[in-house]
Amino acid sequence: MNTEILGVLAMYGILVLLAIPIGRYIGKVYAGERTWPDPVLGPLDHVFFRLSGIKADRDMNWKQHLVALLTINLVWFLFSMLMLMNMSWLPFNPDGNPSMSADLAFNTTVSFVSNTNLQHYSGESGVSYLGQLVLMLFQFVSAGTGMAACAVVFNAMKERTTEKLGNFYNYFIKSCTRILLPLAIVVAIILVFNGTPMTFQGKDSYISMQGDTVQVSRGPAAAMIAIKQLGTNGGGFFGANSAVPFENPNYFTNMVEDISIVLIPMAMVFALGYILKRRRLAWVIFGVMTIGFLCFLIPSLFYEMKGNPSIGHLGISQSLGSMEGKEVRFGSAASAFWGITTTVTSNGSVNAMHDSFTPLTGMFTMLGMMVNSFYGGVGVGFLNFYVYMIIAVFISGLMVGRTPEFLGKKIEAKEMKIATMVALLHTFLILSFTALSSHLFAAHPQEYAGWLNNPGNHGFSEMLYEYTSSSANNGSGFEGLGDGVPFWNITCGIVMLLSRFIPIVGPVAIAGILAKKKYIPESAGTLKTDTTTFGIMVFAVIAIVVALSFFPALSLGPLAEFFGVK
Amino acid sequence: MSKHIRTNKLFEPSLVKEALKQSFVKLNPRILIHNPVMFTVEIGAVVMLAVCIWIWKGEKSQGSFLYNFLIFLILLITVLFANFAEAIAEARGKAQADSLRKTREDTPAKKIFAVGEIFTNEIKTVPSSQLRKGDYFMCEAGDIIPMDGEIVQGIATIDESAITGESAPVIREAGGDKSSVTGGTKVLSDKIKVRVTTEPGESFLDKMIALVEGASRQKTPNEIALTILLAGFTIIFIIVCVTLKPFGDYASTPITIAAFISLFVCLIPTTIGGLLSAIGIAGMDRALRANVITKSGKAVETAGDLDTLLLDKTGTITIGNRKATNFWPGGTVDNYVFIEACLLASLADETPEGKSIVELASGKGIKPPDIRKDGAKFIEFTAETRSSGIDLNGMKIRKGAFDSIRSIVVKAGNEIPVDVSDRVHVIAENGGTPLVVSKDNVALGVIELQDIIKPGIQERFQRLRKMGVKTVMVTGDNPLTAKYIADKAGVDDFIAEAKPEDKMNYIRNEQTGGKLVAMMGDGTNDAPALAQADVGVAMNSGTQAAKEAGNMVDLDNDPTKLIEIVEIGKQLLMTRGTLTTFSIANDVAKYFAIVPALFIVSIPGLQSLNIMNLHSPESAILSAVIFNAIIIPLLIPLALRGVTYRPIGASALLRRNLLIYGFGGIVVPFIGIKLIDLLVSTWF
Repeated sequence: MNTEILGVLAMYGILVLLAIPIGRYIGKVYAGERTWPDPVLGPLDHVFFRLSGIKADRDMNWKQHLVALLTINLVWFLFSMLMLMNMSWLPFNPDGNPSMSADLAFNTTVSFVSNTNLQHYSGESGVSYLGQLVLMLFQFVSAGTGMAACAVVFNAMKERTTEKLGNFYNYFIKSCTRILLPLAIVVAIILVFNGTPMTFQGKDSYISMQGDTVQVSRGPAAAMIAIKQLGTNGGGFFGANSAVPFENPNYFTNMVEDISIVLIPMAMVFALGYILKRRRLAWVIFGVMTIGFLCFLIPSLFYEMKGNPSIGHLGISQSLGSMEGKEVRFGSAASAFWGITTTVTSNGSVNAMHDSFTPLTGMFTMLGMMVNSFYGGVGVGFLNFYVYMIIAVFISGLMVGRTPEFLGKKIEAKEMKIATMVALLHTFLILSFTALSSHLFAAHPQEYAGWLNNPGNHGFSEMLYEYTSSSANNGSGFEGLGDGVPFWNITCGIVMLLSRFIPIVGPVAIAGILAKKKYIPESAGTLKTDTTTFGIMVFAVIAIVVALSFFPALSLGPLAEFFGVK
Repeated sequence: MSKHIRTNKLFEPSLVKEALKQSFVKLNPRILIHNPVMFTVEIGAVVMLAVCIWIWKGEKSQGSFLYNFLIFLILLITVLFANFAEAIAEARGKAQADSLRKTREDTPAKKIFAVGEIFTNEIKTVPSSQLRKGDYFMCEAGDIIPMDGEIVQGIATIDESAITGESAPVIREAGGDKSSVTGGTKVLSDKIKVRVTTEPGESFLDKMIALVEGASRQKTPNEIALTILLAGFTIIFIIVCVTLKPFGDYASTPITIAAFISLFVCLIPTTIGGLLSAIGIAGMDRALRANVITKSGKAVETAGDLDTLLLDKTGTITIGNRKATNFWPGGTVDNYVFIEACLLASLADETPEGKSIVELASGKGIKPPDIRKDGAKFIEFTAETRSSGIDLNGMKIRKGAFDSIRSIVVKAGNEIPVDVSDRVHVIAENGGTPLVVSKDNVALGVIELQDIIKPGIQERFQRLRKMGVKTVMVTGDNPLTAKYIADKAGVDDFIAEAKPEDKMNYIRNEQTGGKLVAMMGDGTNDAPALAQADVGVAMNSGTQAAKEAGNMVDLDNDPTKLIEIVEIGKQLLMTRGTLTTFSIANDVAKYFAIVPALFIVSIPGLQSLNIMNLHSPESAILSAVIFNAIIIPLLIPLALRGVTYRPIGASALLRRNLLIYGFGGIVVPFIGIKLIDLLVSTWF
């Protein structure tokens, strides 16, 4: 078999094998059971709880959870703005990098607090080491926020009637110290041993063969790369992200980093199975996500490995696949695999330029972000999936002649209102802001000429991708877009902010309202949600909602380009 | 089941005429706004009309006048079709209700005036419309009862066929559970005094008619939730269509207003939006056709969710009452002597059991002796003695339950023969009821009474079990007998020696477990349980209190009706779900028709998306819009009849419906649009 394909299979295989036990472990953490790191990390948690005065065993209802979540996020937002706008004179700035402008700081702060990590700056010249450390902190806490929200929903889905849904701070700190931290340490150590820098010294320099002195940026990179992969953050230490040899030195680190992208999102599904004692349900959800993922992955692998016919016409061999914008050390298959894993999960780190993918692969990366729940971001991926499940339960419940119920709770107007709003939001943000930028560009082509390197269908894809990435809290860029200007900084910031918090508030509210309702035991007439049939139903709902929302836009971007490339 | 006038044809010409008229009346935006999906289509039609006028005045950029006018026309027809669906459902419901209402047109009423012009308690004939709640009236043989009411005095046989279709007359009497009379029914014999229990225009039937006519129809919670989802889809498509304008500008592709509006109308869920209220009305109408009056649409919906049914044994599970099936003489008693004693003891017994003993004895060729001359004395059943019988020629023959006869026998110093007591146990164990007969304080033998289980009832219970509905038999029998019958009939549980409060407690228990419970009842002492149950079906013959407490009234007084009600409820929800799925699945094909048509001029590559190979952009758009309109009337029969419910388990049902309405919903429009395009392409 082709070794490139073998590499992809190995990555996916190891991923699933790791995700199952880690899912079980995460389940134990959220269920409050004893886990093996307790002797070491237990005291650490305790210190945090003592310092902050948190009573970790006090239960909260869903509203209190959300208040806690939004409050700490607001504090982080202010803290980050302050740091990024003043870092030029603060310590740990050996390269003398400048502070950020207000609009860039706003964009970057929102981007990191919202777990998006859209970067309208370049790490080497745009931030100091202190800045990088602040951003790294957010890579932990924003991931922890999403996971804690997800843990609340897991707790609420249990078969009982209650308002007590655990303690938010407890879930949050446990997510950071018990799950993210140990995994990040392992990944960072692997990276360090493979040559990724981990230092506080400034730029290094060497004299090239031609005799020029070349400055090479470095810094505390390994630690940040580990958490940016694990926490579906994606914000790289260096501008070109994991395509840079310092971030991703070889094929082995590429495997480790790529597995890290999907590990926790996938494990969260198995954690659900453990917490609810419904392993079949977890496998059905996993199955739906995997089939969706494969629908994007397989054609992408095919088109990337087949090569780009336009370049082929120029007489350049396409035997290695489409290699424009890709790293030779990874090859076309591993780059396509990364491209799809990073977009389905809202990670957004890249090891190849998405702008240079063949048109259909470009479309599948966008579709991955439009769905945003085939594995999805840590914690939030499942929350998005949960909303689709609510809609699927509603329609299929009707189809079997019962007013719809999900895990023993009746779904009524209020929950449908929230679910519909959340499902709508993504479409609304992506399409309306792309429309806004299209309108501006079409109306003033001279003034905004700097935005697009490639007008036409590809330019449209670039704008569509940027907002899709923002709205999916993904953070990758199609590049080729002149995005470091106030218009893009501010609009993308607004999109990221709305698309981060509303899809967290919505599912937590639904789950909280449902948890309070009367529990109805299953009967023979109840629609079982842990069956293949229901899996197909959820898949169909996702496919139809996404297809109906984005078909016209996609046909003007990647599809038009695809049919144009002969 | 009733046999009175019912329109089984879906499109009765007279109804269609009325519905057509109503479809235009409903174009009024103030009425249509209650249906947001169709309201937006109407706005689309108005915009297209404006575009047509604009072209008339000389605008060139929007395509030909004919094409735009056709789009306008089709949109208008789409709205009319949806209005027609609702109107025909209303008309059918109304016709059904009218046929019931005919029975209660103004009839003369013999009103009793407490203080009349000349006497007190004067009787004067007035039109029934002048009767008010609390008034009293008199009815004699041959009178039509003018209003719903409760008998306060007297007993009468009444022909209720006008309401129930059942020709056999029924007995109604003051006091007890069968004191209710319905307006429009006819008194056949005797004389009764009745208190009016409803104001004119407020009877259950009037309420139901108002529900069907839409005057007081409120959306059910489930309908509201579905409307929210549909509104959500509509908003998505508003976003898609509005943003398409700048996208088109960017791609330098002018998109005509007609194309925008067509795309929008095709995408929003017009099919289900147009049929939603028709489905709801049709659900109530189907209930009415089953002779059940529902007090709200919600009750029908809840019926589909029921988990537990409380069913009375007598009349539901078994035919009427117990019947004598065997005579078991004890010890050395002669068979003939024993049967004669049984016969004598039952001669004056007017209960169904007593009559069945006489019947069985006559069947064995034993005739009752002529007892008039002998100065016989009949002993009535009393609660104290719990036995009945006859004193004849110094003989004392008694018949009663084992305990009561035993106490008589033992008191007289005799013993019950062993084979008699054995026989009693054997009968009880087999679900029968033993009656012991004694002569002069000596036990002679045992009469066996058996319940006859209704044929086909086991299958119905099996069907219910597959639906996930638990059946509970309620009976006054002892636990042993109850268990035997419960096993034989195949119910899941039973309440033996049931008192009204037992039913209530059982319902409460089930409800705390999160279950929805239905029960049927007629007596005043059933009223609290009827009110407590999620679906309480009161018999029309029941007391006013029972009817007020329940949320449905069964005109047929048929206890098996609950089973039908469950299926009607499920059908209602399923029809909604399947048509929603169908409607949304249709959009896939419509996209493939319209999107290439929009951009084909500026981006020729998108011709590859035109997988149906439609003739031209105009023909593609027209075909999609025409299909979108035509599918509504095509689905009206399905909306009115409801999707057939099959008790095959929820997952299998979902698979089936997903395949038919989901997958079918994707495929059908591809074929339909292509066929229409073949026609339309001759002009466009």
